[in-house]
Order: sequence, then structure tokens, then C-alpha cells
Amino acid sequence: MAEITKLQEIASQVRRDIIRMVNMAGSGHPGGSLGSADILTALFFSEMNHNPAKWNRDGKGADMFFLSAGHLSPLFYSVLSRSGYFPTEELKTFRKLGSRLQGHPSVERGLPGVHIASGSLGQGLSVSCGAALAKRAAGEKSLVYVLIGDGESEEGQIWEAALFAAHHKLDRLIAITDWNGQQIDGPVSTILNLGDLEAKWSSFGWSCRVVNGNSMEEVVEALRWAKSTAGDGKPKMLLMKTDMGRGVDFMQGTHHWHGKAPNGEQTANALSQLKETLGDF
Amino acid sequence: MKITEKYINTGNKDTRSGFGAGLLEVGRENSDVMALCADLTGSLKMEAFAAEFPERFIQCGIAEANMIGTSAGLALSGKIPYAGTFAGFATGRVYDQVRQSVAYSETNVKICASHAGITLGEDGATHQIMEDIGLMRMLPNLVVINPCDYNQTKAATIEIANHHGPVYLRFGRPSVPNFTPADAKFEIGKAITLAQGSDVTIFATGHLVWEAIVAAGMLEEEGISVELINIHTIKPLDKKAVLESAAKTGAVVTAEEHLIAGGMGELIAAFLATELPTPTEFVAVDDIFGQSGEPAELLKEYKLSSINIADAVKRVIAKKRALLK
Repeated sequence: MAEITKLQEIASQVRRDIIRMVNMAGSGHPGGSLGSADILTALFFSEMNHNPAKWNRDGKGADMFFLSAGHLSPLFYSVLSRSGYFPTEELKTFRKLGSRLQGHPSVERGLPGVHIASGSLGQGLSVSCGAALAKRAAGEKSLVYVLIGDGESEEGQIWEAALFAAHHKLDRLIAITDWNGQQIDGPVSTILNLGDLEAKWSSFGWSCRVVNGNSMEEVVEALRWAKSTAGDGKPKMLLMKTDMGRGVDFMQGTHHWHGKAPNGEQTANALSQLKETLGDF
Repeated sequence: MKITEKYINTGNKDTRSGFGAGLLEVGRENSDVMALCADLTGSLKMEAFAAEFPERFIQCGIAEANMIGTSAGLALSGKIPYAGTFAGFATGRVYDQVRQSVAYSETNVKICASHAGITLGEDGATHQIMEDIGLMRMLPNLVVINPCDYNQTKAATIEIANHHGPVYLRFGRPSVPNFTPADAKFEIGKAITLAQGSDVTIFATGHLVWEAIVAAGMLEEEGISVELINIHTIKPLDKKAVLESAAKTGAVVTAEEHLIAGGMGELIAAFLATELPTPTEFVAVDDIFGQSGEPAELLKEYKLSSINIADAVKRVIAKKRALLK
């Protein structure tokens, strides 16, 4: 499919952006960002109904996206700028003094595309519940998307929100879990095992699907399924299995690159594995 | 006119009922107003709003963190969410949620905190939060309001809808004298001078404003001239009012149902330390938790009652005189 190929090319550029941003900043979170790059690329360049030029923080009349796992900021900023929210040039300022591109997303300096601050984990799902309630109150049919991490799902607030969304039948809320099985201290299964996430979310009353989050075809298909079931009385959870560090061989499948910047040599190595498709910033 | 004749108790009422009445009224005036509650609808007196506007009332269950986040999400789209629970849960329990999703994100959320302070009474120290003013006033962007009686709480509840930005509104459980005129406008950040005086200024907030009125009456009988100022808005502090009064009287007593640490008194003292160092006494709780008891008993036990305020006034006047020598 030509469309899938195009999205894969964009994702390759997004991954280059992530590596270069984190390298330039000397800090940041490349692992999870690389892993979720296909998901956010599919959303922002294909499936989400949004208009970057007319973006407003109130989100009225358009789909809204919330990044609950705020440490994936390099990925978020890359897709935002590549889809037209702000000039790609600004990616150079990531984590620098005075930048709109704070280490974790912030609204203080008015970066287009960011509705709310995130970084302290577990909060974005609740915020997206509120946004979905407001859309329903306004009679809007547009959707609310939110990306959470599997490690993040150890937070109690996630499960408060899980109960709430199902109880209030927030059926235009589409949540995605970046299910990479890794967290800062090691594999999720050894730190605080989440067990069967599909069974958990299903038992909480959500419509649930498990997909390969690094397969562009599967990601697009899952998002289309979720959209097609909007309005059926249940919130959606797409459990997307991803590889942390996806696309860079020495970063892939390990928690070691959760929050570490590659040095110059490592950056060159990583970039040699990622095709430049849209031009580096 | 004696201060105790000027301010007449029109009948004891709880400030949380003032909140409930204000919420209903502002709900009628403004269709963007929504109310959220974490399984305390009766305690917060939110039933009338919930009954009249069921589609604008969100029951969140015993899940306060999610209630704060949901409120932030609602606020993004132009709703004005009033999120109600006990003060202990509205602050300490959800501090990180308030910090990131409300204060830092500048979402237009009204955090409505009942049962604040020691006069919560018999439930004991688990529920008697006396740290909340400190916690909330430390957060940038947040307005902190602690009205003194039923009428003022009602007026404040209505007025905060007109302020675009996060607000912490603190009120309480017990029935206390209601003396603010029912038609008095509430002005955020504008202290109210209840009595003019020359010997000492009492800055009081919340339930202790009435205790300070009673104290001022007692002191008047003894020939002490008291200036009494109601600091209903702790943040932003009415610095002009504080500075002018401190300059005029040269002695300050602060009175609040809170720990000294983080409280209004500490705020005023820090401000005056740089602008106009002034002898000061704190009527507040010093670094201990509360306990079960009746509200009036607890005020006495923890030295927050009118007699303690009067004693503090005498102490601070003695300090002032010692300095003048």
C-alpha cells in the first residue's frame, strides 16, 4: 500500500528527529519515543481529524490528542512540527533555556498542539476523560486520543480513570497503551508485573484490541476499527505491542535507552540505520 | 459604634452550605459551570445543584486524582468545573495532580475544599487538615481563598467563576456566626477592613474572623484600639492593605485555623520582614496534629479562640512597647 509506505517513510524521519534532538540536548528519552513512533505517525499523518493551522487549546471541533507519557516528548514534538504545528527549526531548541519544547510537554509558553502539561505519570487518561465529557456535553462527535505507557499503568490513577471512562460510557475516547514491557529499572514483568492487560482492560468495561504497534498496517487498521466503534457505549483501549528503541539496533528491546542520550558516535550509528525522508531539521 | 454591635450574627450557619447555595446560583447564571464530587455530595451540600442540573453534575466516586484530572480536561474546552471534596483530599492526596494538570497547566478548575481546619471536629486528625493553605499557596498560578462565614462563602463561590484560572476555595463543616451582609460583593484579592484601630492589627481568615471580632470587642472594653482585617484571599495577598495597616499600628496578630508553617501568618510575616519588620504574634497551630472533639472545645484546646487572640494582642503590644523604649 502506497499510503503505508509513505507513513513508514515519515516514521523514519521522525525517528531521525528523535535521535538528533536527544543528542543535541544531551538528555531526553529516546527509547520509548522510538518505540511509539509508528503509532503517533499513523495518528497525526493519517487517522486523526485535526487542523494544525487552526489548532486551538480548547480542541473544539477537532479530534484531540493527549500524551500522558510526557517523557515521549521528542516523539511528540517531532510529529507536531512535521505535521505543521510549528516550524521544524524549533526542534533544535528541545530542552534548551527559554524553549517552548520543554523536557516534558508544557503549555506555559504556548506550544501549539499541547493541551496540557504531562510528565508526572498517570494523569493524562483522566484529563482525556474530561475532554471527552466536554465534547459529549457540546454534542460533538469528534474523538479524544490519549497515549499512555505500560509502566505508567502501574499508577493507581490510571485505574481510577479506567473505571470512570467505562462508567460514564466515554465511547469517543480512544486510549493507546505503548506496551513495550520496559520501564526505567528493568522489564515491567520484574518491576511490578501488570499481568494480562487485555483481560484487565476488558474486565474494566473497555473495548480492547492487542496489535503490533510497530506494524504500520496493524496500527492503521486498529485505529480505524476504534474509530468505527465510536458511539457504541464503551471506551477503547488499543494495546500496542512495541519494541523500546525500535529502528536502532543497539537501542532496541532494552530499557537501557529509556532516558539516555546517545553520544556523537552512537548518534551517527543510529542515523545510518534511519533513512532521511523529509529532510533533517 | 462597638465592633460587636457593628457585626451582628444573623444566625449560625455552615460555610459549606454557603458553598452549596453559591454553586446552585452560579450554576443558574452560567451554563458552563459544572460540578464534580468524589462521593461526598451531601457533605459538600452539592445535592441542590446535582438535582437541578443532573447533566452538569459528575459523580466521580472515591477517586480524587481522577476527579482533578477530569476537571482539567473539562476546563480545556471552556467548562468551569467546581471539583468538591474534603480539604485533606483536595490538597495532599492530589497534590501532584493539582500541580501538573491544574496549576502548571493553568486550567480553569475550581478546587472546592470543605471540612478544612480543626473545627471539622470529631472525625479527628486524619481529616483535620491544617496544612492545606501552605500546600496550595506554594503553587504558582493558583488563587487561594478562605472565606469567613456562610454569606461570604456563597459570594466567593459565585465570584470565582468570573476569574479565569485555577482557584482553591477553602471552607468548613461547623455552623459558625454569619455576619457578612448577604448583598456584599466578593472581590478576589481585596482585604476587608472590619474595624479601624491604632494599637494593633489583627489579620484573620476563615472561621477565626468571627473569633477575632469577639476578641476585638473584649479588647475595646479594655481600651485597646484594634484594627481588624479579613484576609479572605490569601493568594494573591492584598499587600497594600497589609503594609498600610502594619505601618499604622506597628503590631500584628494573625489568626487562622492552620499550622503556623505555610499559613497566612507566615505569608504576612515574610512579606513584612522585607518591607516593614513589625512585631508579630501567630494565632495558629504549632507543628502538631489535631484530635477528636467538638469544634468549640478544639478551638480552645489548640489556642485558636477569641481569648487566645486577645492574649496574643496583649503580647504583641508589649513587644511593640519594648521596641519603642
